Amino acid sequence: MAELINIKVNGKNHHVTVDPEMPLLYLLRNNLRLNGPKYGCGIERCGSCMVLLNGKAQPSCVIPGAAAAVYEVTTLEGLTKNNVLDPIQEAFIEEQAAQCGYCISGMIISAKALLTENKNPTDQEIRQALQRNLCRCGTHTRIINAVKKAAAKMNKG
Amino acid sequence: MKQFNDIKSGRREFLRGSGYLLMGFTLMPGLGFTTEPDECYLPEQTLIADREAIDSWIRFDADGILTVLTGKMELGQGIRTALMQMAAEELDIDIKKVRIIIADTGQTQDERYTAGSGSIEGSGNAIRNAAAEARKYLMALAAKELGSNVAELSVKNGIVKSNKNQKTIAYKDLVKGKRFEAEVSEKSELKKPADYKLVGKSIKRTDINDIAAAKSRFIQDLRLPDMVHARVMRPPVYKASLVSLPTEQVQKSPGVLKVVVNGNFAAVIASQEYESMKALEKMKQTAKWESKPIMPLQAQLYADMVQNGNAGEMVEGDKKTSKKPSESAVMLEAEYKRPYQMHGSIGTSCAIGLWKDGQLTIWSHTQGVYPLRSTISDLVNLPLEKIRVIGVPGAGCYGHNGADDVGGDAALLALQMPGKPVRVQWMREDEHKWEPYGSAMVLKIKAELNPEGKVTSWQTDIWSDTHSSRPGGKAGHLIAGQHLEKPFTFEGGGFSGGSHRNSLPLYDFETKNVALHNYKGPLRTSALRSLGAYGNIFALESFMDELALKAGKDPVQFRLDHLTDDRAKEVITTLVKKTGWDLKKEPGIGKGFAFAQYKNNASYFAVKAEVKLDRAAQTYRLVKLTGVIDSGQAINPDGIINQTSGGMIQAASWTMLEQVNYSSDGIESNSWETYPIFRFEDVPDTEVFVIDRPELEPLGAGEAAQGPVSAAIANAIFDATGSRLREIPLTPDKIDWSKVS
Ligand code: FES
Ligand code: FES
Repeated sequence: MAELINIKVNGKNHHVTVDPEMPLLYLLRNNLRLNGPKYGCGIERCGSCMVLLNGKAQPSCVIPGAAAAVYEVTTLEGLTKNNVLDPIQEAFIEEQAAQCGYCISGMIISAKALLTENKNPTDQEIRQALQRNLCRCGTHTRIINAVKKAAAKMNKG
Repeated sequence: MKQFNDIKSGRREFLRGSGYLLMGFTLMPGLGFTTEPDECYLPEQTLIADREAIDSWIRFDADGILTVLTGKMELGQGIRTALMQMAAEELDIDIKKVRIIIADTGQTQDERYTAGSGSIEGSGNAIRNAAAEARKYLMALAAKELGSNVAELSVKNGIVKSNKNQKTIAYKDLVKGKRFEAEVSEKSELKKPADYKLVGKSIKRTDINDIAAAKSRFIQDLRLPDMVHARVMRPPVYKASLVSLPTEQVQKSPGVLKVVVNGNFAAVIASQEYESMKALEKMKQTAKWESKPIMPLQAQLYADMVQNGNAGEMVEGDKKTSKKPSESAVMLEAEYKRPYQMHGSIGTSCAIGLWKDGQLTIWSHTQGVYPLRSTISDLVNLPLEKIRVIGVPGAGCYGHNGADDVGGDAALLALQMPGKPVRVQWMREDEHKWEPYGSAMVLKIKAELNPEGKVTSWQTDIWSDTHSSRPGGKAGHLIAGQHLEKPFTFEGGGFSGGSHRNSLPLYDFETKNVALHNYKGPLRTSALRSLGAYGNIFALESFMDELALKAGKDPVQFRLDHLTDDRAKEVITTLVKKTGWDLKKEPGIGKGFAFAQYKNNASYFAVKAEVKLDRAAQTYRLVKLTGVIDSGQAINPDGIINQTSGGMIQAASWTMLEQVNYSSDGIESNSWETYPIFRFEDVPDTEVFVIDRPELEPLGAGEAAQGPVSAAIANAIFDATGSRLREIPLTPDKIDWSKVS
């Protein structure tokens, strides 16, 4: 049943022997011990498990690990390079954009994909880009502000 | 003096003896986990039996790090930061030198539940008093060391200075890692608000740094050495019983270590998480259940509540039926309804249980570690001292959700797997179907308006199921407890005050009365953020607008005319100033207002809602919510804004979209598709203003917004459309669009 999968996550190659059908989420969390992506619904309806697949934000809770291996995978952990936070992470801290924080990994990942494509998103574009991500604490206002702030930071260079 | 060894030496010692291999345990303040993603440690038990001891609340180690201990839980409300601020303030030390330990029966005092917005009032005051006492104690030591009078001493950043001889000494050199061994007298003078340097400031939450940097550890993220994974199979419907479950198939499923069946409680334990999920699927396919239909059906629910609720009892107000209405008065009457609604945590309930060396340890995101411990003691028949419950933050819970239930699951399953930590996490479907909901409610209000436009009498009748079925020591309150072969029975009863919370108007009416009709409904219910206040304020504040209309008064002025409480008036007038309230009609736009003092004794909150109609699509959008809150002394204004704005958005989601749907076969709201909540495109802009009253007691702020927001939206819809919606959710199909020009 188990198969060897070669997968590139956060810039590093990993070889793991797992059930190839096992969704990427469990491979990341349990085999690679990355806590960024989280289980929320298991059917692509909440965004807690968002990761970047070749730079695009996608849920990781359904796609099998084997199928995901064709992409370069990035989790929240991968946005921090040499202990330097991504401007989006910084902006979330500055805006204090979290309550319980469970949704925040997914939010930052979705924002990362958005800001890579669109340097100056409008409020409406930010809302659209985050539409797949649920937050039950109602932190939305601050999350939108954080994404705007991150855009401004990145544009300043 | 006993050496106080919690923070440094004791930990290592303990670890050596515990059989746990742990590496690199750089301590992250407050979390009690290592920075290595793989390890989490079992902190040494350092509980001090004496609740009055300073050391029960705060401790200094030899490096001058202050540890604050709270029995309350971090639920995303930022309680850790606020409590650290309060302690650092009293002692004049750098907040960076403070860490906090949250709810752990092995370390912290019993502070019951983290609920009802009571943490700042409860734990905050205990910690503040302990810190003040510690300061007094330290000053006496310092005076001796420095050859000065206490009156000549001042403190900055943990360094005591004599203003007589300019000599200094650090707290840590006074304490030297020893215990205070003194009691909190509560007579020590607290710092004067005018001297505050930290309290009242928007100190940033350090836990948000960890969250943004993927370093935070939620209960779902803990990994203990040798940990195994379990999934529980819940019945398809509440009262179903398991007829047969051929376990062979499941047993053979890869990775399965054990299949546990005990009455209607069935679970599978596997080496890997995904294996446990696959085995669960197999189990579900082979299990045969005998179901009992859920009654009454949803369509008959409200009628059934009024018919079958009990005769009612006067619970608030003058507790007498009002005098005969006067001839000149106008009577007005209306009925409001709210459905069952969910907590809907984004993370599903999770717990880890470990049964080792005769000790049961449960890691849990419960709101009450002590009550959960006694409940588990009842469930598994172990004495309290053999059980330890360690609180670890989960996703926001907003009241009593599945956290305690899954703790019970983990306890039962850990006993089946001695020596191995058993991690149980619920599947989303189970979270939706099995959490205890906020109860449906029916509210009838009757009031009398005199010719001067004043309300002279008011009567509310409430029909509701309980708003509190927290376990509190009774295993029958846990799902697992009810499902065992020898089931524990659920003893409901003890309908708490939750149902009539905020039903009594704060307004000055000649007579006011509230009657509560308890009703045992078809669905499982318990505490959801603000309990009955949400439904009660929805009705009360909607009805105030109906009365104002009848009286021909501006709804805001109408409220002010009936209020004498100055703080109440001030949140309202501040909101008016900030938003420029007027009733000028703008086509397609509606404005609504509402106000309440939470529990009639905590935070004051006023809110304005603005809605915009889309006539072509026959729908509306909530554009903006503006709130003003007075929660007395604001410990951390930004924290209050964050929570309040969050409460506003959540309450708007409840109000506009949410109701638990069910049929006789079970709960139909079993996913985010079938129980939609706000997504980004639904969310209004929010703005919150805080009225800080440094000279007054701090009041809990976390639940103040829930009720008023619902009525403000209903009032705004009425303003825009002329339709008075009295049943939540306020969906656009309930609006009479033919009246909308
Ligand atoms: S867990 Fe993947 S979208 Fe919800
Ligand atoms: S911050 Fe709690 S779910 Fe978003």
